[in-house]
Amino acid sequence: MTAVFLVASAFLASAVEMVEALTIVLAVGVTRDWRSSLSGVGAATVALAAIVAALGPALTLVPINSLRLVVGALLLVFGLQWLRKAILRASGYKALHDEEEAFAHEVAEARAARGERRAGLDWYAFTIAFKGVLLEGLEVAFIVLTFGSTQGSIPLAAAGAGGAVVLVAAVGVFVRHPLARVPENTLKYAVGTMLTTFGIFWAAEGTGAHWPGGDASLPAVLAFVLLTSLAFVSILRRRRRLVLA
Amino acid sequence: MNALRRFGTFWWDFVVGDDWRIAVGVLVALGGSAALATTDEPAWWLLPLAVALLLYVSLLRDAR
Repeated sequence: MTAVFLVASAFLASAVEMVEALTIVLAVGVTRDWRSSLSGVGAATVALAAIVAALGPALTLVPINSLRLVVGALLLVFGLQWLRKAILRASGYKALHDEEEAFAHEVAEARAARGERRAGLDWYAFTIAFKGVLLEGLEVAFIVLTFGSTQGSIPLAAAGAGGAVVLVAAVGVFVRHPLARVPENTLKYAVGTMLTTFGIFWAAEGTGAHWPGGDASLPAVLAFVLLTSLAFVSILRRRRRLVLA
Repeated sequence: MNALRRFGTFWWDFVVGDDWRIAVGVLVALGGSAALATTDEPAWWLLPLAVALLLYVSLLRDAR
């Protein structure tokens, strides 16, 4: 059961981040130069693989309870950020993320930027693609490392994330357009819920608390987080309607 | 110094984000859970309750 949650969380988080990275790469690729932007993607992928390869084995040396406490606390703070923003989006207090709009913004900036060539590459296209993939990918690397090390299976978490990267890249190559139809805001809500759930579960174990039923209580924690967040969406929607009326 | 500050700011934004109160609240709740776990009372309920309260307070602040 935990393994399914682990793979699903890594897959969903990775898919969300890769959709955003794809928008950036497509924008600079279409507007400037495909070779330079794809070189930026390659360089960022190598950097991310190096981060995971360097930190992954080091994390497995940390005692499991200390690891669960630190990782659980980090995931909880990080996951609550995602969940808070997702609730605000769902209740209308924050604008929904729109890939078409993000794409148009990136294209306008790419057209306005000066052309400068370094090492035979369009430097603007290379650096924007590199930064986009690295920064979006860092969140994925963070999730893969924390989930994988705490559950004792970095390869399993990496497989979930890798599956999403391959899927999003394949669809991106096929449609050559930002993936605006992907229900990105719903996916972000799901990822925020899962990060918060794992954060609560592992952090509590790290402090020495024992869950009734052990790992079997994980779905109950997930249901609690989901129902609580949906109740907050409902409260905020009602509040917003009253303010606007 | 600028590079160091940028590095620190990046990680702060990455993990803590725009409401530091949540991070502080999580740390306080973890302390409470650890303290409760040393007694004979069950401690598992404290963290979910704290998370719900922290989220509620943070959301109300944003909605104002």
